[in-house]
Parts: sequence; C-alpha cells; structure tokens
Amino acid sequence: MIRLEKRPQPSRAWSMATPLVAVLATMVMGGLLFATLGKNPVEAIRTIFWEPLFGEFAFYYRPQLLVKGAPLVLIAIGLSLGFRAGIWNIGAEGQYIIGALTGAGVGLAFYPTESWIIFPLMVLAGAFGGWAWAMIPAVLKTRFGTNEILVSLMLVYVAEQLLASMSLGLMKNPEGFGFPGSRNLQQYDSAHNAELIAGTGMHWGVVAALIAVIFSYVLLNRHMLGYHIRLTGEAPRAAKFAGVKPARLILFCLGASGALAGLAGMFEVSGPSGQVSIDFNVGYGFTAIIVAFLGRLHPVGILLAGALMALTYIGGDIAQGNLGLPSAAIQVFQGMLLFFLLALDLLTNYRIAIGKPEVA
Amino acid sequence: MKLTKLLAGAAVALGLAAGGALAQDKTKVGFVYVGPVGDGGWTYEHDQGRLAVEEEFGDKVETVYVENVAEGPDAERVITQMALQGADLIFTTSFGYMDPTINVAKKFPNVKFEHATGYKRAENVSTYSARFYEGRAVQGTIAGHMTESNIVGYIGSYPIPEVIRGINSAYIHAKKVNPDVQFKIVWAFTWFDPAKEADAAKVLIEQGADVILQHTDSTAPQAAAQAAGNVVTFGQASDMAEYAPFPRVSSIIDDWAPYYIARTKAVMDGTWTSVDTWDGIGPGMVGIGEITDAVPAEVKAEALALKDAMASGEYHAFTGPLNKQDGSEFLAEGEIADDGTLAGMNFYVEGIEGSIPE
Repeated sequence: MIRLEKRPQPSRAWSMATPLVAVLATMVMGGLLFATLGKNPVEAIRTIFWEPLFGEFAFYYRPQLLVKGAPLVLIAIGLSLGFRAGIWNIGAEGQYIIGALTGAGVGLAFYPTESWIIFPLMVLAGAFGGWAWAMIPAVLKTRFGTNEILVSLMLVYVAEQLLASMSLGLMKNPEGFGFPGSRNLQQYDSAHNAELIAGTGMHWGVVAALIAVIFSYVLLNRHMLGYHIRLTGEAPRAAKFAGVKPARLILFCLGASGALAGLAGMFEVSGPSGQVSIDFNVGYGFTAIIVAFLGRLHPVGILLAGALMALTYIGGDIAQGNLGLPSAAIQVFQGMLLFFLLALDLLTNYRIAIGKPEVA
Repeated sequence: MKLTKLLAGAAVALGLAAGGALAQDKTKVGFVYVGPVGDGGWTYEHDQGRLAVEEEFGDKVETVYVENVAEGPDAERVITQMALQGADLIFTTSFGYMDPTINVAKKFPNVKFEHATGYKRAENVSTYSARFYEGRAVQGTIAGHMTESNIVGYIGSYPIPEVIRGINSAYIHAKKVNPDVQFKIVWAFTWFDPAKEADAAKVLIEQGADVILQHTDSTAPQAAAQAAGNVVTFGQASDMAEYAPFPRVSSIIDDWAPYYIARTKAVMDGTWTSVDTWDGIGPGMVGIGEITDAVPAEVKAEALALKDAMASGEYHAFTGPLNKQDGSEFLAEGEIADDGTLAGMNFYVEGIEGSIPE
C-alpha cells in the first residue's frame, strides 16, 4: 500500500529539487502533448528551450529574454515579500497598469521639452502610481478588514478601464488621426527608456530588477523587517509575541509590491512597448505570481524562474512560427509547469511510504 | 543514458533544421494574428486568406503564422523572428502592430511588410483595410425595416474611427427606411470577449432592442439573441452561418484572400510596391453574407440593390445632406465624404443619441 506520511520537518532537498523535477516532468508530458498533435516532440522541446539561447538567431533572442523577463522578476520580487507573510496581492497587473499611466503621464506632460530630469521623474511617478493603487486594498484591509485578494484583483479591472479611457481620451496622440494610443515615447528622447548598450536588451527595467533581487535578498536575510515578514508567514502567533504589528506589515508588503509593479509598468511603457494603448497590459502581473512560486519565493529563485518563463514565452512563439504548434498548446505547456510544481510540492512536506502505517 | 538519447535526438533535429534551410527558393509568407485562428471572426478570416494563398501557389509558397500575439514588444519580437527566419512578406493583422511593424521594417529593408488597418507606411510597408462601412449600410437598411420596437442595439468595441464610421453608416441607412428608428449603443471595450459581449447583448435586449448589430468578433451576441427568440442579428467579420437563418439574417464577411494572393504574387514577380489599399464591396474585400428568408423579399431586394450600387461606385454610403450630431453641417447636398474625413471620423451624425466615450 502506498500512502503519504507527513515529514516532521519540510525537506530542504525536495524544496530545492521540485522546480527542477517539475521542469523535467513538464518537458516529458509536454513532449507527449506535442507528439499527439503530430509534431516531433524532441524538436518542439528543443525549439522552446534551446533555440532562444543557442540557436541560429540567439543573438537576437538572448536580449529579448531580458526584455521579457525583467518585468516578471521585478513584479514577482515584490509579490514574494507579501506572499511570505501571507499577504496576497493578486492585483499586480492593475498596479503595473497604473504605474505605466502615471509614469507615461509625467513624460507626456513634458512633451516636447528635452531635459535629463524627465526620466527620473517618470520613474518616481511610476513607482508612486503602483504604490498608491496597492494602498487601496492595504488601507481597506487594515481599516475595515476587507479581503486583499478580492479587492486587489477587482482593481485590475478598474485599472484596465482607466487604461482604455486614457488611450482614447486624455493621453491620446493628438497627431494620431483619431486612433487610440498615446505618442510613442520611444521617439521622445528624454522619456525613452532606451537600451543602455545597443543590442543587449539591457534597459533600466532590467537594472531595476537586478537591484530589486539584491535588496530583497538583503532585506529577508539581514534585516529585522525581513525577519518579521518570514516570521509572520511561518508562525503568525509567534510573530505577534515578537511584537510584529500586522497593519504595518500589510502596508509595507502591499506598498512595496505595488511600487515595484508600478516601476515595471513604467519601464515597459517608456521602453519596449513605447505607448499607452488599450491593450498595453499583457498579463505580466498574473504571470509574475507563477514566477514567484516557481522561484520558491526566494529572490535568486525568482530570478531564475523569471528567466525560465521568459524562455518558454519566446521559445513558444518560435515553436509556433517554425513548427506550426497552436498557441493553446504552448499555454497548456506553461500551465503544466505550475501544475507539476504545485503537485510535486507535496513531497516537500510529505514522503511517500510503502507498507502499513505504524501504530503510534 | 537518457541524456545521451536526448542529445542524439537534438542532433537529429538540428540536422533536419539545416536540411530545411537549403530549400529556400520558395516564397515565404508570414502572418501575425492578434487572436486564435479559431475565433470564428477577425483572425479566422485572415487565416482563411493565408490558406487561400497556400492553395493558389502550392509548392511555390510556404506560409507560417503565430497566433495570440499581444500588441507591443511581443509583436515586435514575433515579426522580427519571422523576418530572421527568411520570410519574404509579412502580414501583420491588427491595428496595434503598427509601430512594431514599422520598427522591424527599418531593420529588414529587403522584407516586405503589410499592416492591416493602420496609417503608417514606409518604402517596404504597405497598409490595407476594408470599407466595412459599406456593409454597415446594407445592415442598417435591413435593420431599419426589421425592427418593430424601433430600437436597434449596437455593440461597439472601442470608440475609434473604424467603429464610429460603422455606427454612423448603419444609422444613416436605417433612418432612411425608418424615420422613427433609434440606436442604443453599448461599448464593450474589447474586440473579443464572449462573456462581455453576451452581457452587452442582454442589456440591449432588456432595453427593448429587437435588432442587434455588433462590432465585436465572437458569436456570443448571436447566442444571446437566439435565447431571446425574437431578436435579429448579423454576423461580424465572419459569416457566423451557424446562427442562420435566424437570428442571423445576414453578415459582413472580411474576405482577405484576393488581396493576400495578389500581394504574394507581386512579391514573386518582383513588382511589389508600398501602397495604401482601402477596398470595399466592389473589389470583393467586403462580402455580404447570404440574406436569409427571415427577411421579407422586398427588403432583401432593396438591400441587394444598395449593395450593387455601392459595388459599382454609383452610390457612396456617406452622401450629403448630412449633419453632425451637434447640428452643424457635415456634408452638403450631394457631397461625398472624402477618405481623410472617413479615416479619422470621431463624431456621430445627427440623430444618434449619447456621446462617444473618452
């Protein structure tokens, strides 16, 4: 008889190994899926994981990994702080949108003045916008005990409506012949989040993501606040005795994740995307939740997970173009990754035992 | 053991890829889609165009496509990917691909690009779109006759010139045959979202609309009308014939096939040049789906006569006298709207209630 037995201590080895095993399991099951679709599974898996890194056109795809991965990492780092403390910000997508709007708004307000001060102001505005949007669920939770999961999620849809309104109204390009969408910030030097070194994909958002990883690592491991975050998540009662003020922690975690998501939106709208448009947001805020968990809520893990997700996106698009795989198959493939991760997570806390349970 | 197998497999795969690269005398045509090919509307029709290209040229052509491509940096990457992989001609089929297409085109001067519904062109970038408002005129005529409550519901996607033009055209022609007609417009703020579209349709039906026009791409409004029982609808972008003969009584069909075939041919012959194409019913880019027997014969005849008049160029859907919503003059008696005004249309004509959201 096979049964599950609770481990006395969560297994550290399994905690590290599950992401890798999950990726392998995804490759195997994904391969089977592609095979049933009549595609060569080895070729498909190779296209997704190998082509962007070492294929013929890797010189183009490698920088794209940074472009795609940076917002994921930046948002996921912020989310991981709250998730560790049991504070669930599900609305990063909304904070990302608002950060883009406030950041781009500042830039557009200065158009066409050229000055070095504009971009730093946009960065501040972007972080502030995301922070302010996250403060809504934070304050509602601390004051009225509302559920931050629901409030932050619902605010995503409000943010989307605001985005549409801005694209069609206030921020619409006056030279756009009535079409929706703002001026392209890529063509406005002072507001353009350009590549720092041409052809590397390295823009300020990538730099910010790396800084966020380091700060988050230091915060969690070397700082009292980080200790409180971890303690609240692992042992809420002990945290209370240790003098942790839950309200302050909620404000900090939601505020920090909102500010980082806002920054991500701002760097995206002023760089790779270029304009405020109705369909500006493409789900980074939600994908970042997967990235945060895939990275075990650990800063370095998140960095790797962000890179992996970016790889499956870019590789997935290549597989569509080269092999004719439908995009739904790629999405299933990405879904499998999270599914296997969560399923295998069981092994961190439980072990598989064979035989009859011992009577205690 | 497993690893060596995997590596061996990879080596074989690499060999295959290299072999494929040798056969490069085919013309390679890429398509970038904003939705899934199975959306039954906008993207579906573009993909039908792609299949028509394959059918027409057989072995001489290779087509590739990527679906569900988000507008913005993802689009730029996918377009670049196609250009890198040797595409000779790339169709980018959503308005939001405009700047990405222009950006990529700068880097690949030898590749030809075709962007749907935009206004930015370059040496190697053409634009193309269809005069869907001609189809709206036909729908408006049928709608004006068919409504008994005199309330026509309209599901708008986004308040952009393309959509506003359609509303105006439908209203003008409904009003012509039914002076009491009233339009109720709901903005869904989406191109494709079955749940939102169904809600919009239900709201309109509750407000008394017994004809619904949609500028969104799913069949959800058709289903909502079918459930209501006595509401007339029209297929959008695609024929949506599965809801015929009722509630769907006709449709506007985007037929990109002739254009895609002609442009591919031009690339093969080396005669491709950057152009701005805006075709309507005449050249066949806008098709009117079969008008079913649910429509009285004389109404059908009138609608078809209008269609023929527009196809031959004898009649234009925006012909004066017409006023704007605020009562100021838009077109004088007999005057015809020029393409510039139509392309940037951001006002309702006189008689439509409500304001365009901003």
